[in-house]
Amino acid sequence: MTSSELQSLYQEIILDHQKRPHGFGLQPGAAASSHQLNPTCGDEVTLELHLDDAGAVSAVRWDGHGCAISQASASLFTEMAAGHTLDELEVRIESFRTAMRSRGKIEPDEELLGDAAVLGGVSKYIARVKCAMLAWVAAEHAIAQVRAAA
Amino acid sequence: MVTPEFAPSALAPDTALSPADIARIRGDFPILAEHVNGSRLVYLDSGATSQKPLAVLDVERDYYEHHNSAVHRGAHTLAALATEQFEDARSTVARFIGASDDEVVWTSNATEGLNLVAYAIGNASQGRGAPASARFALKPGDEIVVTEMEHHANLIPWQELAARTGAVLRFIPVDDDGELRMSEAAALIGQRTRILAFTHVSNVLGTVNPVADLVALARAVGAIVVLDACQSAPHIALDVVKLDVDFAVFSGHKMLGPTGIGVLYGRRELLNDLPPFLTGGSMITTVTMERAEYLPAPQRFEAGTQRVSQAIALAAAVDYLSAVGMHRIAAHEEAIGRRLVAGLAEIPGIRLLGPAAGRVGLASFDVTGVHSHDVGQFLDDRGIAVRVGHHCAQPLHRRLGVTSSTRASAYLYTTADEVDEFLAGLAGVRPFFGVTE
Repeated sequence: MTSSELQSLYQEIILDHQKRPHGFGLQPGAAASSHQLNPTCGDEVTLELHLDDAGAVSAVRWDGHGCAISQASASLFTEMAAGHTLDELEVRIESFRTAMRSRGKIEPDEELLGDAAVLGGVSKYIARVKCAMLAWVAAEHAIAQVRAAA
Repeated sequence: MVTPEFAPSALAPDTALSPADIARIRGDFPILAEHVNGSRLVYLDSGATSQKPLAVLDVERDYYEHHNSAVHRGAHTLAALATEQFEDARSTVARFIGASDDEVVWTSNATEGLNLVAYAIGNASQGRGAPASARFALKPGDEIVVTEMEHHANLIPWQELAARTGAVLRFIPVDDDGELRMSEAAALIGQRTRILAFTHVSNVLGTVNPVADLVALARAVGAIVVLDACQSAPHIALDVVKLDVDFAVFSGHKMLGPTGIGVLYGRRELLNDLPPFLTGGSMITTVTMERAEYLPAPQRFEAGTQRVSQAIALAAAVDYLSAVGMHRIAAHEEAIGRRLVAGLAEIPGIRLLGPAAGRVGLASFDVTGVHSHDVGQFLDDRGIAVRVGHHCAQPLHRRLGVTSSTRASAYLYTTADEVDEFLAGLAGVRPFFGVTE
């Protein structure tokens, strides 16, 4: 009954991340944070970047609520981001965005994005791309804040 | 003119629509035969926008093919024909709601109608308009009362008007079931109340508000009554004179008409004392370099080139609805609403928003553990179109303890089978997302 596209949109790993999200809950000591809201559906993510002494990401923490895609995407971003420099993170955000905007034509780069590549199925659903991008846009804004403060 | 295919004689009066009636009606809506994601479309989003019958599409095309011209200007034959059709459309819509022709103002949609009233009152508050316009002027301490269940379109224009004039915006709260607390309404509406604006039928709950009781409270203190009839005009017989409201608004696209056309009804003596909102061509008598004199209503509120084809098409939509019969449509949708609510109660993990009884063919609900966007995506996979999100009513959702909901909304073409298909699909949502608690 359920189409393969829908199965691919809601892969088990995505639903797992939604139910048991990584990095959920804000913590003191963030270098920057950004709150993003999707006004059409009310999905919300507040995302924090925690940096180590070398300026690399030591942890991403986040809080929010919304659909399975937006919440799983925040969790998958959290998992992917740890250990990367801000430059590396920006490359990954841009790569993810390109795949998301491709209407299913470009598969996300698994080497760059790790498990977050499972979100590739979202790109066929134009209305849901914003959901998947929410945490990534928050991270982008947080990175810009760190750079502006430097 | 194109004649609607659905002739009044085709249906016996005062009986609910039979399956055969619905089948004939559906034949007039080509889009209902579309397939979406491999399944036949089940369109349960008429509360957002309705589908359009051929009679409406044909009239709009016919206008552009044979009569297209500027209205209320020009001496040539086509201009005269277009003007006649445009004004006939106004009469048709006026009759549909029990109003007089000059009490019907064309707008883009209900949102513009509400803004028109709010901005015109704001202009009166700044001393604009005729001396009689002063009756509308708001001053600091005056109160505007709305309800907690309003669509943002019947909330934000009043927030803005309050901010501009120093008036205070207050609201009638809803209880846990989503019903207006009428005892609080009685306490709230008092001598300071100048405007009472509320929705006839909630776009989230589908419930019909007690208009007579609210109007009585407003009348007792001399407040102006503004009715948002967006979700009532398409679905139940609407008589603005019987309801005794001062202003009412609705949108054409929710009642088989095209987008871009809506209606503001206003009582004649009020409309003619109200200063204009949009100004420019076609709404004046004499213009000098310093000032202008305005036409009476409705032209005073129709500056610039009008939505001619849309107005004519809306009249065709109204003719179609009248031919079927608003009482029969209402009876059909009430039955569909009951089927929806009964079916929702059978599915584990569904919380219906609003009371079960006394609603039109519309139900919003929360699926425990699954976000409305995911519910909508799952249903769309089966060709079932519903609305998800906050339905432009964030305060009501907040009050009911949810951030969003899923809404199924029916119309005259909705079948019992479609409701059953939707319910069967919905029953699969929580298992698919692995929600069991």
